[in-house]
Amino acid sequence: MATEDIRRPATYTAPSEVFEDLVGDDEEIDPFKQRTGSRRIIDRQNEYHARMFNRVISPERMDPFAEGDVKGDTRSYADVMRERRWDMETPTVEDSKSSSEWSRTDDETSSVSKSRWDETPRTTDDEMDTPRKRSRWDVTPQVSTKKSRWDETPTHPTVQMAQRWEKDLDARNRPLSDEELDAMFPATGYKILEPPAGYVPIRTPARKLMATPTPMAADGFVMLEEDRNQTYDLPAEIPGVGNLPFFKQEDMQHFGKLLDDKDESELSVEELKERKIMRLLLKIKNGTPPMRKTALRQITDKARDFGAGPLFNQILPLLMSQNLEDQERHLLVKVIDRILYKLDALVRPYVHKILVVIEPLLIDEDYFARCEGREIISNLSKAAGLPTMIATMRPDIDHVDEYVRNTTARAFSVVASAHGIPALLPFLKAVCKSKKSWQARHTGIKIVQQIAILMGCAVLPHLKNLVEAIAHGLEDEQQKVRTITALAIAALAEAAAPYGIESFDSVLKPLWTGIRKHRGKGLAAFLKAIGYIIPLMDAEYANYYTKEVMIILIREFQSPDEEMKKIVLKVVKQCAATDGVQPQYIKEEILPEFFKNFWVRRMALDRRNYRQVVETTVELAQKVGVTEIVGRIVEDLKDESEPYRKMVMETVEKVVSQLGAADIDTRLEEVLIDGILYAFQEQTVEDIVMLNGFGTVVNALGLRVKPYLQQITSTILWRLNNKSAKVRQQAADLISRIAVVMKTCGEEKLMGHLGVVLYEYLGEEYPEVLGSILGGLKSIVNVIGMSSMTPPIKDLLPLQESCIDLVGRIADRGAEFVSAREWMRICFELLDMLKAHKKGIRRATVNTFGYIAKAIGPQDVLATLLNNLKVQERQNRVCTTVAIAIVAETCAPFTVLPALMNEYRVPELNVQNGVLKSLSFLFEYIGEMGKDYIYAVTPLLEDALMDRDLVHRQTACTTVKHMSLGVFGLGCEDALLHLLNYVWPNIFETSPHVINAVMEAIEGLRVAIGPATVLQYTLQGLFHPARKVREIYWKIYNNLYIGAQDALIPYYPRIEDDERNNYERYELSMWL
Amino acid sequence: MDRFNLNSQLEHLQSKYVGTGHADTNKFEWMVNQHRDSYASYIGHHALISYFSVAQNESIARVKFEFVEKMLQPCGMPVPRDE
Repeated sequence: MATEDIRRPATYTAPSEVFEDLVGDDEEIDPFKQRTGSRRIIDRQNEYHARMFNRVISPERMDPFAEGDVKGDTRSYADVMRERRWDMETPTVEDSKSSSEWSRTDDETSSVSKSRWDETPRTTDDEMDTPRKRSRWDVTPQVSTKKSRWDETPTHPTVQMAQRWEKDLDARNRPLSDEELDAMFPATGYKILEPPAGYVPIRTPARKLMATPTPMAADGFVMLEEDRNQTYDLPAEIPGVGNLPFFKQEDMQHFGKLLDDKDESELSVEELKERKIMRLLLKIKNGTPPMRKTALRQITDKARDFGAGPLFNQILPLLMSQNLEDQERHLLVKVIDRILYKLDALVRPYVHKILVVIEPLLIDEDYFARCEGREIISNLSKAAGLPTMIATMRPDIDHVDEYVRNTTARAFSVVASAHGIPALLPFLKAVCKSKKSWQARHTGIKIVQQIAILMGCAVLPHLKNLVEAIAHGLEDEQQKVRTITALAIAALAEAAAPYGIESFDSVLKPLWTGIRKHRGKGLAAFLKAIGYIIPLMDAEYANYYTKEVMIILIREFQSPDEEMKKIVLKVVKQCAATDGVQPQYIKEEILPEFFKNFWVRRMALDRRNYRQVVETTVELAQKVGVTEIVGRIVEDLKDESEPYRKMVMETVEKVVSQLGAADIDTRLEEVLIDGILYAFQEQTVEDIVMLNGFGTVVNALGLRVKPYLQQITSTILWRLNNKSAKVRQQAADLISRIAVVMKTCGEEKLMGHLGVVLYEYLGEEYPEVLGSILGGLKSIVNVIGMSSMTPPIKDLLPLQESCIDLVGRIADRGAEFVSAREWMRICFELLDMLKAHKKGIRRATVNTFGYIAKAIGPQDVLATLLNNLKVQERQNRVCTTVAIAIVAETCAPFTVLPALMNEYRVPELNVQNGVLKSLSFLFEYIGEMGKDYIYAVTPLLEDALMDRDLVHRQTACTTVKHMSLGVFGLGCEDALLHLLNYVWPNIFETSPHVINAVMEAIEGLRVAIGPATVLQYTLQGLFHPARKVREIYWKIYNNLYIGAQDALIPYYPRIEDDERNNYERYELSMWL
Repeated sequence: MDRFNLNSQLEHLQSKYVGTGHADTNKFEWMVNQHRDSYASYIGHHALISYFSVAQNESIARVKFEFVEKMLQPCGMPVPRDE
């Protein structure tokens, strides 16, 4: 057959794997490439994040709330404010000095270079206000930010590498000594000459530099391993810490002290403490997990003894280190979190230090780092109290550096969420109205924005207050303040949606007048705010305000600015979604301009624009209907740009799937199918979008697609024959999508034909494509039924044991088409599948056993499975036990239990455990059906619970758990109580799995036979003289208590009063 | 290791459920918890509280109030712990 030749490789060439291998080789993919890159945090952060290193961990501050005498030399709030003021004013003075010769026309109060809005926009969208960094006159220009601020001079890792290398070379290039020469030359036949009298060896260092380094090691070949300890100057073991998995050169900076071998008895208490902390920190940072765990516990327990100062003085510099990795940072942050709890108010003088280190986490790109940062700051503010937090952070609010203000605003929002908005509100109001500097106003408003983002709908009760606190910012003289205010209002409205429109009354007017006055970034922010407020309004107002804003929006459609485009699209989407906007209005006013400006090829190229355009168009379609939108873009399905076609297809797909195809008239339908076929065939990159679009449209059209089915099928057949695997796969996928519709259209014959074709393609070599072909076959079988399937099922089956899912389905629906013997053969084949690596395959296999057992009766299947319990492989046995349980569930347990229990008599550990495990799964699956079988299995469980083997008892306990939970309330208490007597002696087991199983069994029994009985068992050991006994009994008691606190009340023992206390619960003796 | 495992969550547990105990719980502490739980339970079950109020010939509200008051020091003064 001709098609066959194209598809299959010639039989006498090398196997296809070899070809693939060879082809794959020139790509040179290194699977570890990602992992070899640096894991340091600093390497993946941008310049903005690196500004963290410009901050100084400030000295301690005074704690005005502390009791007793306060140290005189610590800085107070007033000192800090004064310093900040100095910082603020120095650059201004300098600026005015330097520019004094020039005629200064621009007399703005601030010297910040205005960011021109038409510059390339920055990527972060809420950082619209980042001012440029200024060089300060009183600071020596920094060559690089890669300088650590700490008093040691750190050596950069690259320098260290160079030093190692140099040392190595020096050792190789040293002159040979006499002994070495003696060893190298034979003793006889040579004479050692005296050097001439006038000879002076050349000692000029310059020559040495020119010398070529010898590639060989000086003393011949050296095993590298022997050398290792000398080439790295790093200790294998730190005194007092033990063996660490690693100790980096960079750690020497912080932990070098531990290596100086001083006699500990000579050190002062303070020094000892310092060393102790250092050791613990090193263990936490570099240790193995168990080391880390104990060290963390120690440092937490002793936090108060160590004191806040010594602890933070060591932890915080570590966190500011340049070479920090994610894992290290996470661990250190965890340490801070733990000790915060213990230190409580002692932490106050260090709040600012901690904030300097933790605040950068709030703007980290890693989500979990941000969460961690929030958690710490929230705990910190709870420990230190609101007044301290405000006093500490107030000076940073109008800091010269935007980075500091930004992080402070975020930290403040966390404080607000920890202490509640009302507590912070008076302060916020004051800051937002600050007359002293626009920076303070800006930060204050930013805090409100961050609060809204962080707390979501929790801002609702305070919405009015928050809006009023920032409302005046819309008319501020500073453009940045106006912008941030609009953004903050947008955030508040987003958080409050769909409530709270009344709170925004005061800002509506300035917003709507503002959009006429402003241009550029300011306008974008205002539009954003409006976009979020309009959905809150009721229909009438929304309509009015939309009309007001639409003029501006339509004007801005043409804006070349990407940021503006995104905002405009978003606002259009939001406006269109509101009830008040009439479809008529959208059709006439918005659509023409919208399509003219946004449905252009250029928009499809940028991923974010693309998404926005699609979303907005879909939203508009909700209002104006399918035809209006699809009619406008359908022609573009034949556009020459592929990304653009994709955008059209995605929109069509979304619109049609949401609104159906009822609106589409015959002409449009024709053009649509034609366009889709064209777009589908012309793909160069096979994309799920095209497939989805095709499937959705065909399914939506339903019966109406009948005239085109012939054409679609021939396209599919053509593509099934394609050289590229992707194309074949997509074609097969398409069949499974449209199978249902083909049936609806009554095209059984066509489907039969497709079935035959797919059957022929089962020799497919690529597994993914084969999967899709099988999927296609399955869907055809599903739709047209077993009996009318061509080719007949029994032809299909022997070929395809690998497709278990298909087999399972066939066993489920059409078992009678295959003989029982054939099914048994399949059973054996399936056992192999239990070894599969993919969980999905194992699961499908196990289910298939159930179907087959149902089809041909459980006996034979069960025999196969029970035999399989003898195999060595654990995974295989586990799957077998699950399969047995499933067979029992599908064929009723009484068909399975006798054989299963009989198997327990086999004196083999694995088999017995397998039986117990099957029983456990069995009782889990059959639930309350289990009540009829409890008495039957009780003797077996008795035996298992008394077995010497731990696993026997563990599995039996699990069985008891499932059993008792299944029969709760069905009157099986007697048997369960009997079993409890066998479970109970196991409570002193120490192996974690066993003790957990025992505890769970007791929990299960508590549910089934009631907490009172279990309480009586527990009482005997609660006050036992041996601690070990008390511990486990209290553990059981606690479980009991948590599970049935209320039910225990009547069953507590009666305790008599003594001379001191009254223990009787008299109320319970009342009698009527 | 097993002790560690067994009691690793104890602190957390105790912070969530005040009434749970540990190997060093003494009779007094245990009894106080029992009494408080009992009163809470009586107040929570309306049938019980009405039963008690009939038995004592008091109004339901008063009995409730008394129970709440008694929860403060249900067994009298605490017993000093012998460490």
